[in-house]
Formats: sequence, C-alpha cells, structure tokens
Amino acid sequence: MEYVLIFIAAVFVNNIVLAQFLGICPFLGVSKKVETALGMSAAVAFVLTIATVVTFLIQKYILDAFGLGFMQTISFILVIAALVQMVEIVLKKVSPALYQALGVFLPLITTNCCILGVAILVIQKEYNLLQSVVFAISTAIGFGLALVIFAGIREQISLTRIPEGMKGTPIALVTAGLLAMAFMGFSGIV
Amino acid sequence: MSNTKILLNGIIKENPIFVLLLGMCPTLGTTSSAINGLGMGLATTFVLLCSNMAISSVKNLIPDQVRIPGYVVIIASFVTILQMCMEAFVPALYASLGLFIPLIVVNCIVLGRAEAFAAKNGIFSSGLDGLGMGLGFTFALTLLGAVRELLGTGKLFGLEIFPESFGALIFVLAPGAFIALGYLIALVNKLRKA
Amino acid sequence: MKKLKSTLPNMLLSLTGICLVAGAALAGVNEITTAPIAKSKAATLQAAIKMVTPAFDNNPTTDRYKGVTSEGDSLVIYPAMKDGKLVGVAVESNTKKGFSGEIQVMVGLDTEGTLINYSVLKHSETPGLGSKMEEWFHQDKNKQSVLGRSLSTSALQVGKDGGDVDAITAATISSRAFLDAINRAYSAYSGSKDWDGTTGATAQETKKGDKQ
Repeated sequence: MEYVLIFIAAVFVNNIVLAQFLGICPFLGVSKKVETALGMSAAVAFVLTIATVVTFLIQKYILDAFGLGFMQTISFILVIAALVQMVEIVLKKVSPALYQALGVFLPLITTNCCILGVAILVIQKEYNLLQSVVFAISTAIGFGLALVIFAGIREQISLTRIPEGMKGTPIALVTAGLLAMAFMGFSGIV
Repeated sequence: MSNTKILLNGIIKENPIFVLLLGMCPTLGTTSSAINGLGMGLATTFVLLCSNMAISSVKNLIPDQVRIPGYVVIIASFVTILQMCMEAFVPALYASLGLFIPLIVVNCIVLGRAEAFAAKNGIFSSGLDGLGMGLGFTFALTLLGAVRELLGTGKLFGLEIFPESFGALIFVLAPGAFIALGYLIALVNKLRKA
Repeated sequence: MKKLKSTLPNMLLSLTGICLVAGAALAGVNEITTAPIAKSKAATLQAAIKMVTPAFDNNPTTDRYKGVTSEGDSLVIYPAMKDGKLVGVAVESNTKKGFSGEIQVMVGLDTEGTLINYSVLKHSETPGLGSKMEEWFHQDKNKQSVLGRSLSTSALQVGKDGGDVDAITAATISSRAFLDAINRAYSAYSGSKDWDGTTGATAQETKKGDKQ
C-alpha cells in the first residue's frame, strides 16, 4: 500500500515536471515529436533508477559514515556524469539496438536536473532503499507521461495557425501551463 | 568587445531566460514571489561570477578531454559553499528555495558560460560575463516573480497593491508559472522585433 | 602559459588537483559555517518555544523529553518552568495528513491542556491557500481562532467534520491536517504523563515537581 501511494504521488500528484519544475529543459526541448519523447523518457527512466540506487548507497555508506555530508552535491553530480558515460559504453557493447534508440539522449541527461533532484529528494525524504527505487521509477514514469502527452499536443499545435509572437516556446509554455492545470486535478488524492 | 558590452550582453542581448531559454527549472520553480526570484537570481549570480573567474584562471591547467568533469567539480564546490553560507546566514530564504540551491549545479547557464566564455577569455572579462549573465538571470526571475505575485496575491515584494481576494491564485501555483513565462517571452519576442 | 596536453598523467594530475582543492575548500567552509547553522537553528527553535509558552526561566531545550501520542509515535516536548513550577509546554508536533506533505507546528499548551499559541515551523501547503494557516488560526474572527481553546475536553475539528473551528476557505484538507497536528501535540503531552483528563493537571504538577 505504501508503495502504491508513493507511486501515485510521484506520477500524478507531485508530477516531477508539472508540479515540481524539474527536468523542464528536456520537457521543452525534445517534445516536438512523440517518438523522440518516448526515447527520452526511456533513457531518463533507465539512468534515473540506476543513479538513485548508486547515490543512495554512496550517501549511506560513504558520506554519512565518514561525516562528509558537505560533499553531497559534488559526489552526486560526478557519479551521475560517470554513470551516464558508463551506461553509454555498456549499452553500445551489450545492446546496439537499445543504444541506437537511446544513444542520442544519453549525453543530454547529465544536465537533466530531475536526476540530481530525485537523488537529493530521496535523501531528504529519508526513504529506505526499496522506497527510493519505487520513487525513482514512479518519478520516471511521471516524467514520461507528461513528456509524451505534451509531445502529442505539440504535434497537433504545429498544424494550427498561431499568432506570430506566440510561436515556438511561448505557446509551448502556455500549453504546459494548461497541462499542469489538468494535473492539479489529481492533488489531494493521497 | 569592451567591458560594458560584455556586461550588457548578458543582461539584454543574450538574456539567459528570455533569449537563450536556458535554466528554465529554477525560473519556474522559485518565482512564486518577487523576493524569492530575486534571492534565487542573486544566488545563481554568485555561482556564475565565481565559477567563471575560477575556471578562467585555471583553464590552462585542465587538459581538454577532462575539462567538463573539471568544470563541474569547480561549479559544484561553489554551489556547496553557497549552500552552507545561505543555511548559516539566511536560513529563511534557504528554506524557501529548498532543492533549487543544490540544483544550480545542473543549471545549463553556469556550465554553458564556462564552456562558451570562461574557457576562452581572461579572468576579468570572464568575471564580467558571469556578472552580466547572472544579473540578466536575476532580472528575469525577479520580473517573473513580481508578475506572478502581483496577479496571484495582489502584492508586490509583500506590499499590498490591491486586495488579495481580487487575485487569480492560479498564478502563484504551478500552471501560472508556465503561462506567465510564456506570455513574458512572447512579449520580449514582440519587443525585439519592433 | 601553454595549455596542458591531454595525456593520461596530465588528466589524472589535474583532476586530482581540482578535487583536492575543492574538497579542502569545502571542508574549510563547512568548519566555519557549522557553528552559525547550529546557532540559527537553535535560535529559531528557541524563538518558537518562547512564542507559544508563558514566560519561563528554565532552559526548555535541555529539559526536553519525548511524549508518546495515542497513535504510538513520539513527539518532543519542551517544558516551560517558572521558579521550578511547570507553567506550560511547547510540543514540537507534526502531521503527515497535509495536502502536500508534512506539516510541523510548535504547539504551546498550559498545564490544563488549553492552547496558548502555536507557530508553524515547516509546511509545503499550497501557497495562498493552505499556507495561510499561520495567520488564519490566530485571527479572532468568527470561529477561526484556535487560541484559548481547551483540548482536554475534546479534540479540535473543522466545521465539516462536526467540530467548531472554521476551516481556511478552500483549504479544508490543510486545516484538517493543521488541527490534527494540534490534537497530536495534546495527545503526546497528556499521554506522556498518565493524564486521566480530570485531575491530570495537578498530578502533572506534582510529578514534575518531584523530578525537580
């Protein structure tokens, strides 16, 4: 039950993009086509889950154990950057097909703030390892959901006539605002 | 490029928010009031200024292939220093900005300026560039924060302009952040064309 | 100076150097800021306790103890004493029933279980709605104010749940959660001292007095 609550809260109620404002750059950047949006979501889900587990272990067994709490930001960002590189190399060797699909998105992920954000959030919320993993996966699903819905809407928008000044980013932001409003309907259910 | 030009470049011509569209997460996440926007802007300015100068001064000691991890470590150190100082001396602001302080590390503007400017220019002009970009960022955040606070609660920097019951609360909430920024960028586009 | 070549030793040396300098700088700043951070936290806590309790002359933070609520978890209680006599307590209460996460409230009770004052320590309720709780329940308008209400007779509830406290307009869930935190504070305070609801106040005092 507890895990179901974490799941619903992370996917709908506190959606990482629309309610917490993390990962806005890829949200605006790779949402012009549903296909790329799917690829990006998959890559984020992959890295987010691994990164959360690794940073969680580092926090518990290295930073907390030696009283190095102040090195949190530095060590997390380095771990994430290294992890992205490793995932890229491993994927290239092990599964060329998956690499083909996700490869272009991987380098973009290091600066996706939702990865570092989730890594810090699970520490702040004092989750245990299993809760952290559930939270990370749910967050990634929430990110994917928002991204794919948004990409679908933007595909439609590209076919309509929009006032000159609103073209591009402004209309995308207003659309995201309306989407966020829709997601607000979920608030309070957990 | 003259010094004033470098400084003004970040504030007007290449404003990180309105023109380059970088660093959207803190822009949307921390601007529920003008004062929060200002605080976040100044925090980012501090990191930009310090990291730009530090990177510019050690740029020749970092081999090309490892420059990105090197820059990231330098930026992350300044962010952590800022984090600790804010927690110690302005705990209220630190609490309201929350998670977005450590996330300055992954703000594209900071690494972007390190790579695009500080890695090629001298310490003084890199500092100026960081300051200009930071002030441009601060200006955009404060403006967005002011618009949202005014429309949402009828206040400006906490001073009442019109009664709160006339405010459209949605502007303080998440959707209002997206919508207000969308219209602000549209307005800037319009002004730049004119 | 010429730019270093990307050879392996160069790369290793330079990265190690940067990490060492960064680590040393951070350790230094950490050393400097630890004391002010602890001090500002203690000051905030002290201010909150002072705000919600009658004048006291002991040090509530050193005299603090844990009280178990009816739900089985425990809250920290800061006793306020004047001339060795208990005049009230500040209970650092919390609730997970908030609209978006935990709410922490410092609740001040006198020895009879009457609410003296409260101070919201931490919350992440919706700005403009639930976030009004700091002012709302202080305001003496209609049945908004919770100050001076006695918790020993019955728990506080919002009007919708059959209680007599006016909820914040359009933020019933936050209001409900806020009152839950208040009720939990009382529950921890009473539960910790074998409070029986009627003669508890005097028993409390003698017990406390014994301890002195």
